[in-house]
Amino acid sequence: MSPSAQTRKFSLFALVGLLLILGLGQSIHRHLVYDVPWVPGTEKLIWSIEASVQFFARGEPVTVNLRRPSDQDGFSVLDENGASPGYGLSLIGLADQPTAQWTVREANGQQTLYYRAEVLQRDSGGFESEPPPTIRSTSWEEPYATVVEAVLDQAVSLSADPFSLTRQLVSQFRTNDRGQNEQMLLDVVGDENLTDLLADMLQSRNIPAATVYGLLLEDGRRRQQLKPLLRVWSDNKSKVFPLGLESGEENLPLLLWQPTQGYVLEVTGGSRSDLRFSMILSENTNYGQVAGSLGDGSDLLGFSIHSLPIAEQAMFKTILLLPIGALVVCILRILVGLRTSGTFMPVLIALAFIETSLMTGLVGFLLVVAVGLMIRSYMSHLNLLLVARISAVIITVIAIIAVFSVFSHRVGLTEGLKITFFPMIILSWTVERMSILWEEEGWREVAIQGSGSLLTAVAAYLAMTSLWVRHLSFNFIGLQFVVLALIMMLGSYTGYRLLELRRFKPFIDQGH
Amino acid sequence: MLISPRRLREAGVVGMNERNINLIAERNPRHLYPLVDDKLRTKLLAAKHGLATPKLLVALRQQHDLQNLSAHLEPHDGFAIKPSKGSGGKGILVIAARREEYFIKANGQELAIDEIRRHVSNILSGLFSLGGTPDAAIVEQLIVPDAAFRDLSVEGVPDIRVIVYRGFPLMAMMRLSTRESDGKANLHQGAIGLGLTISDGRPVNAIQHNVCVQEHPDSGADLMSVRIENWINLLEIAARSADVTGLGYLGADIVVDRHHGPLLLELNARPGLAIQLANKIGLAPRVRAIDDLSPRRFRESPEARVARAVSMFE
Repeated sequence: MSPSAQTRKFSLFALVGLLLILGLGQSIHRHLVYDVPWVPGTEKLIWSIEASVQFFARGEPVTVNLRRPSDQDGFSVLDENGASPGYGLSLIGLADQPTAQWTVREANGQQTLYYRAEVLQRDSGGFESEPPPTIRSTSWEEPYATVVEAVLDQAVSLSADPFSLTRQLVSQFRTNDRGQNEQMLLDVVGDENLTDLLADMLQSRNIPAATVYGLLLEDGRRRQQLKPLLRVWSDNKSKVFPLGLESGEENLPLLLWQPTQGYVLEVTGGSRSDLRFSMILSENTNYGQVAGSLGDGSDLLGFSIHSLPIAEQAMFKTILLLPIGALVVCILRILVGLRTSGTFMPVLIALAFIETSLMTGLVGFLLVVAVGLMIRSYMSHLNLLLVARISAVIITVIAIIAVFSVFSHRVGLTEGLKITFFPMIILSWTVERMSILWEEEGWREVAIQGSGSLLTAVAAYLAMTSLWVRHLSFNFIGLQFVVLALIMMLGSYTGYRLLELRRFKPFIDQGH
Repeated sequence: MLISPRRLREAGVVGMNERNINLIAERNPRHLYPLVDDKLRTKLLAAKHGLATPKLLVALRQQHDLQNLSAHLEPHDGFAIKPSKGSGGKGILVIAARREEYFIKANGQELAIDEIRRHVSNILSGLFSLGGTPDAAIVEQLIVPDAAFRDLSVEGVPDIRVIVYRGFPLMAMMRLSTRESDGKANLHQGAIGLGLTISDGRPVNAIQHNVCVQEHPDSGADLMSVRIENWINLLEIAARSADVTGLGYLGADIVVDRHHGPLLLELNARPGLAIQLANKIGLAPRVRAIDDLSPRRFRESPEARVARAVSMFE
């Protein structure tokens, strides 16, 4: 080794050492001072809830107001966003109520708007409840006024405070042992308006009560509706009485979507509106808890992604995983010796896998590349110039993706729609490179590089979706320096690759 | 089944990572690459320094050069048309003979002048070049392989790859195309690598697909009986090409023509490592031996360096 190579090696090791000290130091400081745990907490549950608003627009200006959930006892809202092509969306407070407001100058026909919220389920306690609604007088015509009075008198005589009164009322209206008076009232207002009736009855006795709306959370449910609930206030406390729950529903977590009196959905300029919910229990972990305790850290060492707005945080969550993917590529290429088609193509494919889920992603990728290769092999007869050829392949790939999406939608495979998450330019280059490889080196090399790329992509996917890796990369920025140091160390590795131990096997019988 | 890294280290085998860092990055300054990645530049450079290369009949750089193509080709019976920046044998058209107005390819196919013109046009527009950049087309005199090599190579001319390290020939192998490799001399496509001693160019070992072979799979010719004329002369061409380009780790591809002797075909700034398998010797001990030479040895003439290498690597 020449002297210049030695100094180079020394300065590299010095730099690597510096990066390691910097990275580990920042991480340890963060752990000790801010109490950020090294391992992700597992008991934290995060729900991703999607509300879809559908209505029929009449070609007029449209304003849609949807009540959105706020922090409450047992839940905190971590992130919210909406998807609604063509609409302006603002998350505002209308009359002290958090609201998602969509507006558009003109809309026609069936419209679908989406609102998504990430909600952290946590231990209850210490949450101030909403102020009680103002008492309004309700009057009933005779003979119902007398009946209402009779029912209320009976309930009051059997109870001590507003909450026990409500419990008593609810039990009096229970299906099995309903009295004559109760049945008569229900016949008038209708079974579905029982909550409104009870709220009105309580209001008439100056007890603040309202129909509020809640969502029962159950993993993987779709097309759910809000449940009307009876909420009663007394002094500074309030209680929610779920009515008409089916068996098994009592134990589900209940998120109050509209915690006080008022509308849930208000559509101006449209008709036939409908509101449905779908939800999943996401695997993310204590991001919310950490976000809460780190968001206000302002000194330099407490430098934190958590001080950014939620939308940017979400973006960084992905960006900060890229170095991990790059590290996986370095390991597999430098230490193992896998050949891939395009150096970092596997990382981008792995990112797409994160969006699509692994199996869907693999199948989709293979389909697009296989069909792309077939079409490209025809194109190679045309002897097009490089730039035109790639452009043609890009259009082909888009066409393939469009055809697959439409087809899978037709046969009802919603998974198929996720194929659009693939980076199309990258896929086109993959098709182009594979095709050239096929012509020049034969199918064997295509198989080797193709499977090498997929293997790398899957490994990168597994690394990037690992809860622990996600936790560390997002919460300990310093570890990025450690990854950088590792990559630089790999970059100066002059030892053998794993696959070379097979390649140079003929040397085995050589005596030494 | 794997070989242990310790065993491989003992055998002195250089791996890809070590080659990339200690040989290529350390010895080959990046700005010298264009000298060898462009065959026309290499050829002109070689000619300037008196290195023997296949005779350049004509170089075509622009589409309007095509108008005079037939006039250029008229006097020649056999020639090869190559893209200047092609790699791996892409876009090479070999015309072995003429019959009336037709050109006969090595495999017997007849081509009209229009088809040749279109091929050259494709080369110029960059169809075969790296990255699709516009390219030049080289028309070279046809190489007539030495009669001794007739059964050794199918549809192609066998070439000899010499690894030159800091001006000293380090290791050599002959690459023989097979039917499987489709006339190409790339080992991973199924060509045979025949390891040759530096001292006298005698075969030591042959491999195809990393497995030892004794005979050519197509012709059955005995590989171990190959003898190469003018061996020292051939090594000197390789050693001088290092001086000409300034590259410290270089692969020189040389053909032996029946009439003109050893001719430099092309140079490679990133020569591969399969040559170790063909020779069943690792490169590392030889690299170390060269590095241990006293500095003045590197200033000696190519002839003296070849003589030293021949005595060192017996």
